Parts: sequence; structure tokens; C-alpha cells
Amino acid sequence: MADIAFLLLIFFLVTTTMDQDIGILRQLPPPVPEDMEYPEVNKRNVYEVLVNAQDRLLVEGEPMDIRNLKEGAIEFYTNPRNRSDLPQMREVTRASVQENINQLRQAIAENPENEDLKKKLEEWEDKMVAIELIGEYRELPSSALISLQNDRGTSYDMYIKVQNELSAAVNELRDELSLEKFNVRYNELNPADDNDKPKIKAIRAVYPQRISEAEPKDIGGQSR
Amino acid sequence: MLLFFFMVVTVMREDDPMVKVERPLATETESLEKKSLVDYINVGPPVDPRFGTEPKIQLDDSFAELSDIPLWIELNREARDEAERPLITTSLKVDKQTRMGIVTDIKMELRESNALKINYSVNQGSEID
Repeated sequence: MADIAFLLLIFFLVTTTMDQDIGILRQLPPPVPEDMEYPEVNKRNVYEVLVNAQDRLLVEGEPMDIRNLKEGAIEFYTNPRNRSDLPQMREVTRASVQENINQLRQAIAENPENEDLKKKLEEWEDKMVAIELIGEYRELPSSALISLQNDRGTSYDMYIKVQNELSAAVNELRDELSLEKFNVRYNELNPADDNDKPKIKAIRAVYPQRISEAEPKDIGGQSR
Repeated sequence: MLLFFFMVVTVMREDDPMVKVERPLATETESLEKKSLVDYINVGPPVDPRFGTEPKIQLDDSFAELSDIPLWIELNREARDEAERPLITTSLKVDKQTRMGIVTDIKMELRESNALKINYSVNQGSEID
């Protein structure tokens, strides 16, 4: 009996895989029709990150070391010194949000079928909640994004490093804000908790994750 | 006691790894909830050198080509409840030496098949000091 149990123990010991799967979650953009025209975007609203086949970075046209990428992304998200080559931040004030909500309510009253308007109203109401929770804030323009482009020859390792740094930038900002306003770290807020949910939403409204994984080009360097 | 512990925690591996995957390191990770809603695509050099050293794609138990991905996604979708389908995550387990070309091709296939939730599988850690 004892040795059978022992054998079984060995068997399960060997077959056990403590496989915890962790990773960086991303949402891919939906497929686009081929003839779609790309909207013109303001250059200052795009933070261009290129990685070539030698795993070197070119950020906003300048070579950059990966160690500085997080700082760079944070500056892009906040633009603290109102630089003219970074996004123009918009003040989100109570008055302006209220005005928009009122306007939308009126528009919806006139044609109640319109789903777009309702969605917009929801967005603005979320902003109002954010203001209630954390006060008036500065918002990234909606077209602002980090565009990550890689070469076909870029190594996966480097690509993940870059993704990681870009995520780190947002997470650091969110953490800072969360600690300041709610005294907990952002990732300690529980999305299943009705109390925390609006807080998470508010923080996300202030610092949205905006990373676009553009299709690769041969952006120089030999691709293998 | 130990026996019961291991009996309980043992999850039979669903697929034999046929490709070597050394995951890259990252710090900003999230853990995947709901394992039953995760499908894995493994990419890396084959374990068996007879299949060469170039990175290959493994879906479930066999090597696959890029063109097999849409059907695979479709079958995985069929296997789940209607309500859970939008929550399916595709986890990419890619060897860190792999070039992005093949990964991008996979991402394009996933986009075309509308499997937009993806996860880059990594290990916790940092290489940047």
C-alpha cells in the first residue's frame, strides 16, 4: 500500500505543472477595409517609436536608449512643460463637462433614437464622475497615441521590452495618481468592487493606455 | 497528504510542447484569469532538430502554418458558449530569439479573424537595470 502511494506520489509530482501564465495584455485593432483612408493626424499627437532590425530605438526621430523610453512616454502623456511638439493638453473642468452633458441631453431629447449621442453622453458622464472623484484634470486629446512600429527583423525580446516600458509609463502615472487621491496603488483597486470601479474608471480617464501596434515596415536595417 | 495535494493540483498538460519557448522577461504583467478561455499559440524553434531550426508555429498538438490560424480560431470559438466568446484571449508564447516577422504575421491573421484580445506571455523579471 505504502509503495503504491509512493509511486502515485512520484507520478503526480512529475506530471504537475505549476504553469502560471502571466503576460502583457493587448487589444489588437479591428481589421480595416483595404480602401480605408487614414485620417490625417497632428504630428504632435503621435509619439513615434520605431524599432529596427538591430533592435535599436528611434523615438520621435532621435535615437534613444531603452532606459529613457519610460521617461519619454511619461512626458508625452502629461506634457508638463507644454512643449509644442507634444500633445496639447485640454483642461477638463466641471463647467465645460456640465455644459456638454446638458447639450447632449437636449440633443437626445430631440431625437431619442440616436445611439451615438447616448454613447457620447455616457462618456461625458464618466468624465463628470472622474471630476467628482479626483478633481479637474488635464486630458490627452483623443487622437493622441503612441505608435509602436517594428521591423520584421526586430527580435521578440526587444519588442516585449519596449511594450513593457510603454506599459510601465502608464502604470507609473496611474499609481501616482491613485496613491495621491485614494491612498492605494492602482493595481490594488479591485475591479469587482463597486466602490473601486468608478475610481478605476476615473484614473483610466485621466491616463488612458494608448498604444497602437502599427503594421511593420522595413524601417531600415537588414531584415532576415 | 502530499499525494492528495499533488493529485489535486495536477493539471494534465493539454499539449506537448513541440517548440522550445524561452519567454522574455517583463515587469508590467497581468495574470490571465479564466484559463478555460485562453488559447495558446506557441512559436519557437522545434524541439526535434529534424524539423529544422527556424521558428515554427504550434497550435494544440501539431505544427501549423499561418493559414491554419483562422480555422483554428473559428473552431475554438465554436467550442465555447456564445456568451463567453468575446472574452477569449489568445496567448502568444513566443521564444525570445524569434524575429518579429512571424509574430506580426500571426497578429495579422488574428486581426483578420477578429480575435483581438491577445496576451504576450512572459516571465516576471527585468533585464533593464
